[in-house]
Parts: sequence; C-alpha cells; structure tokens
Amino acid sequence: MEQKKKETARVYSQRQIAPGIYDMWIDTTLAQQARPGQFISVYTQDKSALLPRPISICEADTTNGRLRIVYRVAGKGTEEFSSYREGQRIDILGTLGNGFPLEAASGKRVFLMGGGIGIPPMLALAQAVTGAASVDVIAGYRDRALFLAEDLSKYAPVHIATEDGSVGTKGNVMNAIEAEKLEADVIYACGPMPMLRVIRDYAAKKGIPAYISLEERMACGVGACLGCVVKTRAVDHHSHVKNARICTDGPVYAAEDVDI
Amino acid sequence: MLNTEITIAGVTFKNPVMTASGTFGSGMEYSEFVDLNCLGAVVTKGVANVPWEGNPTPRVQETYGGMLNAIGLQNPGIDVFIERDIPFLRQYDTRIIVNVCGRSVSDYVEVVEKLSDQPVDMLEINVSCPNVQHGGIAFGQDPGCLFDITKEIRAKAKQPIIMKLSPNVTDIAEMARAAEAAGSDAVSLINTITGMKIDIHRRTFALANRTGGLSGPAIKPVAVRMVYQVANAVKIPVIGMGGIANAEDAIEFMLAGATGIAVGAMNFVNPYTTIEIVKGIEAYMRQYDIGNLTELIGAVR
Repeated sequence: MEQKKKETARVYSQRQIAPGIYDMWIDTTLAQQARPGQFISVYTQDKSALLPRPISICEADTTNGRLRIVYRVAGKGTEEFSSYREGQRIDILGTLGNGFPLEAASGKRVFLMGGGIGIPPMLALAQAVTGAASVDVIAGYRDRALFLAEDLSKYAPVHIATEDGSVGTKGNVMNAIEAEKLEADVIYACGPMPMLRVIRDYAAKKGIPAYISLEERMACGVGACLGCVVKTRAVDHHSHVKNARICTDGPVYAAEDVDI
Repeated sequence: MLNTEITIAGVTFKNPVMTASGTFGSGMEYSEFVDLNCLGAVVTKGVANVPWEGNPTPRVQETYGGMLNAIGLQNPGIDVFIERDIPFLRQYDTRIIVNVCGRSVSDYVEVVEKLSDQPVDMLEINVSCPNVQHGGIAFGQDPGCLFDITKEIRAKAKQPIIMKLSPNVTDIAEMARAAEAAGSDAVSLINTITGMKIDIHRRTFALANRTGGLSGPAIKPVAVRMVYQVANAVKIPVIGMGGIANAEDAIEFMLAGATGIAVGAMNFVNPYTTIEIVKGIEAYMRQYDIGNLTELIGAVR
C-alpha cells in the first residue's frame, strides 16, 4: 500500500553527469512504492528556503531501497542539493503524484519523449513498459552534453535531437521523429511546455493518445494548497472548476484533457 | 494532570492547535500524515456560495523565510462542501470551523445560512483575503464596512462567528473593536501580508496575480505584535496565527493574548507540524508545571 510520508533519507551517491545536471541516488524506504512518473519533494537544509523542491523519480532500485533523481541546478535549493556527498542526510516527501498509465502501452508501439530535464522520468518508464510491441526513446538536448542516453539505450533504441545539431537530428524531438520516420500508437512525454504543446498537436493529428507530465510552482505537494493547478477541459473532481491539481491529480495527464 | 482545553465562544477545544484556513484543505489531504483526532480544530479552506476557479498560475512563490500565495480562493462551493467535506470531517473527534468567503454580503449570507443546520462548530469569516478583486479584503480594510458585514452575518449565523482580520490596515485594533461591537464572537489574525516578488531575469511579476499574501516564519513577529494589540483592545477571544512553526511559537502567541493558535504555511514545510506542536505544548506545561493551559493566555509581563 502506497503511503505518502516525509522521512530523513541518506544520499548514497552523487555525481555531475552534464554541466549543471546532477545524478543522485538516495537510500530511502520510498523506493519500494515508487512508480514511473511520480516525484518526490526534496527539502533544503537552508531554513530560509521553506518549500520543498519537486523532483521527478528517474528510477527505483527496490533491491537496495534506493531512488535515483536527476535534476538541473536552477536556483539556490538545487544548488545546495548539488553539494551533497555520500552519507548526507536529506529530507524528502513522497512518493507524490500518480505516474504514467502503463496499461496504455500494452501491445502498442510506444514513444517515450523527453526534453532536457524531462528526460529522467523516461528511464523508469522505459524499464516498466515491458508489454509494449515496441519502444522508441526520443530525447531532446541543447547540445552535445548528453545525459542518461546510455542508460536509456539499455532498454530501447534512443533517438537524439540537439538544438545545435551537434548530435543526432538538429532541432527538437519532433524533428527527430520526422527525420527518422518513426511511428507510434501511444506517446509518453515530459519536457518544456512548448515541446508538450507540439506533441499534443502531433498526437491529435495522428489520432493517438499522448500522456504528458506537467510541472508548476508548488507548495504542499499533496493537494491541499491548490497552488499547482492546470486548466482542464472537464470539471475537476476536487474544486469543480476545471482546475486540476498537478501534484495529486497529475502530474501526468492525457494531452487532450488539459488546456496548456 | 495537564489540561490543554480552551474555550472560545462557548465551544470547548481539546487543545488550542488549529489549522489556518487554506493550508489544510478540508483535512483530507493531510489525514495521511496527521491524526486529525489530535487537533483542537480543523479550519477549512474558504468556501463560497458557488465554485470559484481562483487565479492563473503561478500562484505560489518562495521568499526568504516565507512564501507568497495568490490562489484566489479556488473552492468547490458550499453545496459540494456540505456533501463531501463535512461528512469527512465528522468522522473525527475534532472541532470543525468552516471558513466562509464571498464577493458580496449576500454571498456570505447564503453560505452562512446553508451551514446553519450543519454539524459545524464555528464559522470563520474571511474578510481579509488579499488575492480576490471584489469582496474579501474590501470588507476587511474599513472599520465601517467590517462592522456592517459582521452585524449582517451575526444576525444570520447559527454558529458562533470569528471575523478573520487583515494585517494590511493602519490600526488592526480598531478593526477588532469594530468586529466586536458588531457582535463577532471571536477574531482570528493575521491573514497574509500583501507582498510582491519580481523575476529579475524575465523582468516579470513572479506571481500571475502580481501581488500575493506573504506567510511563513518571516511574518511571525508582525503577527505576535498584532495579536498582542488586539487582545488588549477587545474582550472577545483571539485566535492567533502567522508563521507558527513549533510549540515555542504557539506559546509565544498565547502569551501575547491568543486563546487558540493556527498553523498555516508550515503545514507545507512539515506536514507533522500541528501534531508536534500539540506534543510540544504538553512538554512545556510539564517543564513549567502549568496545570491549565489557559493560564498562559495573555500572561506576558
């Protein structure tokens, strides 16, 4: 039974895997319940920075009870996390959110599309979509500073796009699909909003489902504060106003269900 | 034997620890972390006569030692609230205080009347939200307006009412006196302090609403000062809130004159804060050999 809790965990290891991108393994009891597309909230030691940072789960090692997070340094909170070494105590809250609907991949040709810091959750997903007919990972980066591409390639072919064209197709993940003439029956995606909008439009044109993972400024992470909402097509079940909570109703939505 | 009971307007609470409106939903989300039976009361997220969709995002931003929010009182409206949230809370042995919001006097009255036959213990009237354009704080920044709306609601409400005061005024004691004169059974304070944050890289407002309400430990000294001023200006009980993070903070508010205390933004930081405060207050009572917690109310020298 999955239960949300806050606990003091320990950093098992951390290394920088690209400029500003850090790869941290955490020893935590939360590893057992983690599902692809869920996230944890990570607290800073700096008490002037109150709110936890929501970070997607990259993969879970249930044998050793470890969670892997791969994150970009974006401010003083993540800068503090990047200084952590093995053994550092780290307060986390989780596991949060619903994750990706895995059953939608069954027997289907699947795209896993990640852009930038939206790539990490695709690793746990690539490990989990075992019932798919085929899986293609399409990963978009800024430049040749790739990360996680090798990890992902253990589970599925990885097609790379870079904004500067230094590796793979020049452009974004959509350009890679076109250039390599890839086809799918269902899409899972995480990345910047412009990328998610393009994927939504592409999926609608093709008449295939797309499940997209969203982010927004959050406070509580558990559905109480109503800070992190997204406009929805249908009336949401909590407030009945077409504003769903990304932390608890998401972060993954069917693309046609949200107004992004 | 430690007696942590407090009484507000004839309603007895097992302890003074409550949740600040808007930071705890209707208790459901935090019931995974906190045994609601241990709380003095759950104060619900503000509820209006009809569903409110709230403000655009971003709605929250972190600030030094605090946070800004501009949720805009998103809520499902009183009908869903009565059907879903009250039955949920009735499962627990805790007091229920429903926070009521509105854009006009008739909005508030409609909610208050619909709650009249509901099993809720008190009503907290939100006339101090800084994040909605009409109503809300407009009623809470002028003593005359506050007097009128309090009187109107007091006449219609079946349960005791608590007027929630805004700190965004020149003299909060004057506002408290207006609420008391109009028949309010208690007052709660402080709501959030209006603030602003600017993203210097994008050169845009950090909140879509431009301004938001500042909460968290950063505002605690302001709140303690205002609770002290109000407690010395009125005879009705005061519920104090504003950056309370632990039992020491809670006791500080009680010494300043608060009968009850509420935990707000710190629920987001540590979901166990309320329970830790309940235990911490008991430890303080043992440490200083205090039999009745009420001895502390306004006991600052």
